[in-house]
Amino acid sequence: MTDVPFVHVGPSAESDDVELYHPHSWVTKYVFSQDAKIIAVQYSLTALSVGLIALVLSWLMRLQLGFPGVFSFIDANAYYQFITMHGMMMVVYVLTALFLGGFGNYLIPLMVGARDMVFPYVNMLSFWVYLLAVLILVASFFAPGGPTGAGWTLYPPQAILSGTPGGQDWGIILMLVSLMVFIIGFTMGGLNYVVTVLQARARGMTLMRMPLTVWGIFTASFMALLAFPALFVGAVMMLFDRALGTSFFLPAIVEMGQPLERSGGSPLLFQHLFWFFGHPEVYIVALPAFGIVSDLISTHARRNIFGYRMMVWALLAIGALSFVVWAHHMYVSGMNPYFGFFFATTTLIIAIPTAIKVYNWILTLWRGDIHLNVPMLFALAFIVTFLNGGLTGLFLGNVVVDVPLSDTMFVVAHFHMVMGVAPILVIFGAIYHWYPKMTGRMLDDTLGKIHFWVTFLGAYAIFFPMHYLGLMGVPRRYHEIGEMAFVPASAHSLNAFITIAALVVGATQLLFVFNLFWSLRHGRPSGGNPWRATTLEWQTPETPPPHGNWGKETPVVYRWAYDYSVPGAPEDFIPQNQPGTQTMAGTAHG
Amino acid sequence: MGSILVFLTVLIVCGAWWLSRQGLMSKPWLEQGVPVGGPAPRGAPTSTEKVGLGVFLAVVGSLFALFISAYSIRMQMPDWRTLPLPKILWLNTGMLVLSSVALRSAQSAARRDEAGELRLALLAAAVTSLAFLSGQILAWRQLTADGYLLTSNSANAFFYILTGIHGLHLLGGLAALGMTIGKAWRQDNAPERLRLSVDLCAMYWHFLLLVWLVIVSVMAGWAGDFIDICRQLLA
Repeated sequence: MTDVPFVHVGPSAESDDVELYHPHSWVTKYVFSQDAKIIAVQYSLTALSVGLIALVLSWLMRLQLGFPGVFSFIDANAYYQFITMHGMMMVVYVLTALFLGGFGNYLIPLMVGARDMVFPYVNMLSFWVYLLAVLILVASFFAPGGPTGAGWTLYPPQAILSGTPGGQDWGIILMLVSLMVFIIGFTMGGLNYVVTVLQARARGMTLMRMPLTVWGIFTASFMALLAFPALFVGAVMMLFDRALGTSFFLPAIVEMGQPLERSGGSPLLFQHLFWFFGHPEVYIVALPAFGIVSDLISTHARRNIFGYRMMVWALLAIGALSFVVWAHHMYVSGMNPYFGFFFATTTLIIAIPTAIKVYNWILTLWRGDIHLNVPMLFALAFIVTFLNGGLTGLFLGNVVVDVPLSDTMFVVAHFHMVMGVAPILVIFGAIYHWYPKMTGRMLDDTLGKIHFWVTFLGAYAIFFPMHYLGLMGVPRRYHEIGEMAFVPASAHSLNAFITIAALVVGATQLLFVFNLFWSLRHGRPSGGNPWRATTLEWQTPETPPPHGNWGKETPVVYRWAYDYSVPGAPEDFIPQNQPGTQTMAGTAHG
Repeated sequence: MGSILVFLTVLIVCGAWWLSRQGLMSKPWLEQGVPVGGPAPRGAPTSTEKVGLGVFLAVVGSLFALFISAYSIRMQMPDWRTLPLPKILWLNTGMLVLSSVALRSAQSAARRDEAGELRLALLAAAVTSLAFLSGQILAWRQLTADGYLLTSNSANAFFYILTGIHGLHLLGGLAALGMTIGKAWRQDNAPERLRLSVDLCAMYWHFLLLVWLVIVSVMAGWAGDFIDICRQLLA
């Protein structure tokens, strides 16, 4: 038994002292809502819509790569525009917004036992500013010259010159402005996520009792708050270069035969700023995924998470380390070899806390009572996929291996595995897991299983062959490979195969969207706690929880989040807000 | 990227120190019940706003640290011509110091419930801040009149961007200060809410003063000299 001063008390008698703004009309309840749960749904639906646009863009790119020349409207310009918009949309406007704006808003207040975010008005603004950013971004499709085709990294000088689509038109300006607006909106939301975790936890919810989902989102929000300013600075400076004629990034350069009146700028400076944001961004997406997967695995294997403390420490270590690896994206920029050595070392060190997490997930599964339902399938698929993408990351982290592979499809395959497929599998798993809490109904199981298997196997059909293409030397960023001596004809049939797989996987996502809307009406009623889970969000008095979440009294937390299959307990889970009996403690967990 | 790394190191050290007091070594699976005497999880409403502002200032600090990093990288390019800082900047700096001092005395007046003194101090802070901003605009006009245009050299462009972004932050602060002044004039407000507003304004102003001093020392070249001296001492 513990010697820490813990006491057993009854439920809190006093009513909560937080004043909530209560909506009076349909508009303030569902449109300009200050309820974090509504804002979460708004964020998620917007992000999923952007995701569907990005999905169509990836179809178009794949059509060109698989069947070059067949679709005449996909010329080189259009191809680069599709690549750029697909990348930027997925990384920033879908993944970041979904994990932090969507799941962060929905889960943080419920999981820590708060009534709402601490600054609900700012939280509402956060969504509307995000929507504005999305609209500006989408508007660039309709602007003269179309969206920017600079690649999602927007490297200058090409991003703001006339050879690049959108470079001397509206495309790049709208992109930069949209990013700046997004960052302002995110900062409003991020302040809420962080401060709510710090300040609004229920009685008894110590930091070390928080579910790992909250730890993941909390750490990622902090990182995003500190990393996004780098993108902001880069965007401001590039906007000045493009619109006002400064030379931050533009060296003396000849454009279309005409020397520009610029000199001395450093394109590398932008790369540093971009990747100082860009690398933490990988973990801004990954850490919430890590947290959510930990909870899914523990819940559906009916087993306490293995090495909870180590999981928390690993999250924090990854968060801190991810700020000192950015230049591994710049090995081919001609940097000093000593820098390359330093950044290769830090990159490989990050593998240690990450590997700890993978071991702990597997050890959680060991001898668990594994329920292979849809959320669990997605969680397991994540572990495999993340491991896979992580291992190729170890390849690319080494300078000597990275340099020859850097401009090939291998890199595309690597980051899609680790940062595309893996987090999206978690998003799907999380939606299947928490949808019953949001709506009171289960998503359809058969549709879910079809969705899972096609998505999982299809993703591998797309990205496994791509590694092979990369090793053969098939370059990325090329609109058309054409005839290259070192690329055998079989590479073209492989490309066609990948395209067909991508079309099938994409179409399957429509099944998922259908499931989301169909189950809203026709899904099986779920009750308040269909997964028999321990964490607070499943213990709300009503499902879906109303504004304020908890009725008259906020919950009191008596235990950690992972009391599954405790020997001697009447059920195989003990909710966090259930007062304990002394006899049960201590002997329960080895 | 030195300055942002230094800034982040400071934040990480502070964060690690704070986390080390949050029971990160505890074994939650062995503990049941509600902790007594531990860190109070549900903070008083006052501290929530202060924590919020603190986190926001970390974001703003990161923004300026990144601008300064970009400044020091861009500075090494051969075309760099450092611009002479206009003399009026020293007067402006004095104004910003005064407004920070005024807010400090506003804080103590709010503690003592001296309504008249509080209003006077808040007004003084607003006036000196406005004087600072007008002085900054004068500095801009002086520089453009002397031919230091935005596009003629990146040193000039950095001057305009850094002072501009700092000025925008101060302008945002003035909106909050305006609302605080409104609160100080109306009698119906609870005194602790007013005190909180004054505290938040003071915190924000001190921070912006600090940022301004750092920016000026970077642009005047003192920060570079200081780093060179440190480097020589180490070598």
